[in-house]
Formats: sequence, C-alpha cells, structure tokens
Amino acid sequence: MTILLIYIVIFIVAFYAVKLVSSMRTSSEDFTSLKTVTFGDESAVSPNRAASIISVFSIFLIWAAFTGSKLIPFHVPGPFIGELGFSYTAMNSLGEVDDAEVTISVYDVQTGEIPDKLDIEPGTGFAINDTYQIVAWRSALVKVKRNDVGGKQSGYKVVAINGQEITPNNELFIDDARIYMTAKGTLSVTPSKGWQMQPVWLPAPETVWSRLIKVGSEGYKNFSLFEHLGWSLLRVVVGFAAGALIGIPLGYAMGLSGWFRGWFDPIVEFMRPVPPLALIPLVIIWFGIGEQGKIILLFLASLWIMTISARAGVSGVKIAKIHAAYSLGASKWQIMRLVIVPNSLPEIFTGARVSMGVCWGTVVAAELVAAQKGAGMMIINASKFQMTDLVIMGIVLIGVIGYAIDILMRISENYLVPWKGK
Amino acid sequence: MKGLSIENISMRFDLLNGNSIQALKDVSLEIEEGQIITVLGPSGCGKTTLLNIVAGFLAPTQGQVVLNDQIVLGPGAERGMVFQQGALFEWMNVRSNVAFGPRMKGMPKDEQNEKVKHLLEVVGLADFEDKAVYELSGGMQQRVALARCLANDPDVILMDEPLGALDALTREKMQGLVLKLWKETGKTILLITHSVEEAVLLGERLLVLAPRPGRIHKEYTLPFAEMGSSMDLRDVKKLEGYTETRDEILSIIWEMEEEIMGRAEEG
Repeated sequence: MTILLIYIVIFIVAFYAVKLVSSMRTSSEDFTSLKTVTFGDESAVSPNRAASIISVFSIFLIWAAFTGSKLIPFHVPGPFIGELGFSYTAMNSLGEVDDAEVTISVYDVQTGEIPDKLDIEPGTGFAINDTYQIVAWRSALVKVKRNDVGGKQSGYKVVAINGQEITPNNELFIDDARIYMTAKGTLSVTPSKGWQMQPVWLPAPETVWSRLIKVGSEGYKNFSLFEHLGWSLLRVVVGFAAGALIGIPLGYAMGLSGWFRGWFDPIVEFMRPVPPLALIPLVIIWFGIGEQGKIILLFLASLWIMTISARAGVSGVKIAKIHAAYSLGASKWQIMRLVIVPNSLPEIFTGARVSMGVCWGTVVAAELVAAQKGAGMMIINASKFQMTDLVIMGIVLIGVIGYAIDILMRISENYLVPWKGK
Repeated sequence: MKGLSIENISMRFDLLNGNSIQALKDVSLEIEEGQIITVLGPSGCGKTTLLNIVAGFLAPTQGQVVLNDQIVLGPGAERGMVFQQGALFEWMNVRSNVAFGPRMKGMPKDEQNEKVKHLLEVVGLADFEDKAVYELSGGMQQRVALARCLANDPDVILMDEPLGALDALTREKMQGLVLKLWKETGKTILLITHSVEEAVLLGERLLVLAPRPGRIHKEYTLPFAEMGSSMDLRDVKKLEGYTETRDEILSIIWEMEEEIMGRAEEG
C-alpha cells in the first residue's frame, strides 16, 4: 500500500518535473506540436521517452529502497538491529513488587553472524535480569518469569513495562519494539520491522545480480544457465516450427477448398479456445514428461493459431488480384505461388508473433510442471528452496527473452513483408 | 471473324431467399477490332456482370461470348483487365508487376525488362521500375495497371471503372492517357464507367444499359474519342454536340434512377 502510494507520488512528481524541464527548452515545431486538438487524436500521442526512462528507473529505485540495497545511499527504515532493553515490574504471590531489566540483542540472520549471549548482572530482588536474542523481522516469547525467584508460583505476574501498566491480551510500544502480553501473561516482543522487505520475499537488486553471475558461471542443478534457457528456446522453436509446418498448409487448404474447410472447421474452432495449459495433464498422461510431450504441447499451442492466420491470409486476398492474375495468363499453381502465398504473409507473420508469445508462455508453464532443465524448471525448483533471488532472476530473464523474441519477429516482419498495412 | 461478339447473353441467378435476379437479358453486341466502347448505366444495371462474363469470370445462363472465332469459356490472357483499384501486387515492385504477364508466358528476362522499360515510358512512368507499388499515388498505380495489361499484348482490354477512384484532375489526365494508348496500340477496349462525361469522351460507341433486367437501352456513335486522341480533352468538351449529348444521356440515366427509387418505394 505504501509502495503504491510512493509510486503514484513519483508518477505525478515526474510528470510535472518533466513538463517543467521541457517547457523551459525551446521545442522544435514539428507538425504534431502545432495541433491544437491532441486529446482523442491517437496519432498525436507518442510515448514520452523521458517517462519510459523514469518509469524503469523508479521501479529499480523503489526495489532498491525497500530492500536496503547497497546500490543507493538512501533507504526506507530497515528492521531494528542492535540492542534494545526495557524494565519490567513483577508482582509475586505475596503482592510484593520488584523491577528487573531485559536486554535483547536483535541480529540479522542474513549476515551469518550470531552474536554471543550477553553477560549481564542478575540484579537485586526476586525479579532477575534477562537477556534474549531475536532475529530481525521475527518476534519471540520473552519468558522473563522463568529465572525469577518464585516465578513459577501462581499469582506471580508482570504488571508493568517501563513503568507502564500491562495486562494480558494487551500491547504496548516501547522504543523500537512492540510488546504484547499473551493470555497466560508471557511477553511477546516484536522488534520494529521497519518498512523494508525481507530478503526471502524480495531480495535486493544486487543479490539478484550476483545470483545471475553465480548461476551464469556455475549453472544450476547440473545444467548451465545457458543450457536452461537454450533448452526452453529450443523447445519453443521446434514446437512452433512443427505447428507452422502443419498449420500453414492446413490453413491454405481450408481457405481454398470447401471440403477441407468443412472438415477442419469444427476441429479448429473447438481447439482454438482451449488454452494450451489445459492440455498439459493430458499430454503428460499420453506422452510422459519428457521432451516429446513438451514439443507436442507447443506444437498444439501454435498449430491452431497458425492455421487460422493462414486461412485468414487466404480469405484476405482481394478477388481483383486473383482475377487480374488469371487474365494475365497465370495458372492455378502460379496464382498460389505468386499471389496467394505472398498476399497471406502479413497475416501469417501476425499469427507467428502471437504464436511465439503463446509458446514461450506455455513452455515455461510446462517446465514448471515437470522438467529437468529449462527456465521454468529453474524457477520452480528455486522457489522450493526459497531462493527468491533466483526466482526473480529467472522471471526477469524469461521476460527479457520473450520481449526479445517479439522484437526479433517485428524486425523480420518489417524486412520480409514491407507492404504490410500499406 | 476478327473482333468480339457478345451473342444473346442472359444471366439469371437464384438468391438464397428463393427469389431470382435477372441481371442481364438478351444482350447482343458486335465490337470490331480496334473500337473503344463505353458502357454506362445506373447502379445495378449489370455493367460489371457483363464485363465479368466477357472476361470469363462468370458463365452466362444463355448466349455466348466469341472472340476471334473462339468461344470464351474462362479467363484468358487475350482479354486483359484493368480494375478500379487494388489489383496490383504489393509484394512486387513496379517492374515485376508489369512483367507479370510476359513472365507467365515464359518470356526471357532481358525481353521482359525491355518491354517493361518501354511500356513505363508509354504510360509516363519512366525510371519507376524499382519503386514499390505502395509508394505510388493512386493515379500512378493505375498507370502501372495499364502498363501491366498492355505488357501481355491482349486482343481486348476490359476496363472496370479504371479511373473511378481517382480525383478529378488525375482522372482527366488519365482519360487522355487511355485515348492515347487506344490510338497508339489499336486495341479493342471495352470500358465500364458510371461517369457520363467519361463515357461520352472516351466512347466511340456508347451503350446505355437499363436495369432490371439489364439490357441495352440505347446506343450512340460519338466522334469525341477520335478527336480526343489528337487534341486536348478540355477543348473536346467545347465542341459542338458534346454538351447536348452529355445532357441527353444524363437525363436518361436520371430517369432510370428515379424509376428505380419509385419501384423501391412501392416495395
């Protein structure tokens, strides 16, 4: 909640800051800048590059600030670490009262150093001073009565903390800690947690980075990082290629022949809305958890998309083009090769882009279920060992590769079908 | 016999709702080689159906089309088509578009290129060979379409509102080009249009079709095409008889349109 608010504040502040800066600069007078109507004119809206940079930057900033990263000098308050103490007032069964000190050292388990038990004076009176150790972000039951003289007798109770009265089922706050008295009269001490995230929930950026370096050089679970990602990619490419190899000719046949369309329409229209993930259980039952099953799953994921896009590509041919080719003396085969196929390429490319995206998502999901290598296997395995840094690293890499695939498809689209949309 | 003859063509087809449409009824027409004929009529009179039958894309329910003693049974390279728009192949550059017909015939590459170069000069697009068609303006695209059709050296050129999508100025320029090509190549041209002015200017013979069923209502023999091939079209429009002819035909078409509207209102 706090994070969301901070994010919104950064969003608004950055907006006005960038607006201020750009208003001070003399803007070039391009055509769009002269438009008076921009609200509702989609062509007048272009992404503000400064906003993109600040957006990415602020995500890292918030991530770093809330994880106590060493990359930036300022953080939100972290958990309390060090020594905290309070005094308690105990009343024994005879109604006498005595004070004693409790000293707690709160330490960070991530550093690997467990502090020595503190040496303390026992103090005077029947209430004896205590010392405890608590791990940061955790709370602990502090049984102050245990070492007190007569502390095990019924009627012996703690009545005040630092002079403030406390009763069972109530809490009070001292500096850097919250103290709660349970129904049985035991104190539960929670040192201040601060606003930072525990590393097990969200590790700092540099932890993720060093994990990347480590896994990149040493590998994970018998396979190098390159092999994990490479296998995922290979499965996608093979599954997609198989889907395209069958799907495109099938789509053409459906676009060109009434028999094929009638025959395959019910199958394609039925299978298209079935998410590939829903096929995982059946594919595992039929083909097992090996490579064969995964490739068949990806084949099925891309097959219908490619079929439909090829069919749409054929239906999209303007009849005038076909007529023109016939009156120029082209044969059926020449029309297929020189008119129908090139005319359907833009549609097929769109289908291929969608299909690659779906396949990449499906392969990760399939690897989550069962695999020995692959990006999905890497993160599901890491999550079982609470290696959150590896999980986040894997997610980032999966995202980067998915993005890269899409950019690659778009570049090759511009290069191979430049007439698209013209 | 040389030339194109349309013999007694009728075209009737059933609709899904059980009704049937008589698109054409007993249309007969003799076209001599080298004539340019324009066909005019209100919308829905079967102009395009007629052209598609001559091109061989549709089979008439009665009658036949005979070109140079050969009955037309399907599309063929001897009947070239120029469409209104969007019939060029965007994935090919201008050269490949124009060379499409010769390539289908298996003409050697050098000859193809020579032919393309020559034809692009004829239509006023010299040195545009390597341009992509989507980079060209609408008028230029129609010039390419004309060149592509001519490259195949057809006996008859069928034009389906070839200038319909162009702006007025470009259209006027292109009308001059059509007449120039007609004169230079001596091709038989059958041109369909919905512009009365264009039909009067370009037609040696002008056919007015009447709707429901589509039939030949009236035929004119006009001098303007012949003159237009050697003088400015704007001057042709000032010639005696042009305005009168145009207005006469215009009122015929208007009458037909109003009749259609009236029948539609009656239900």
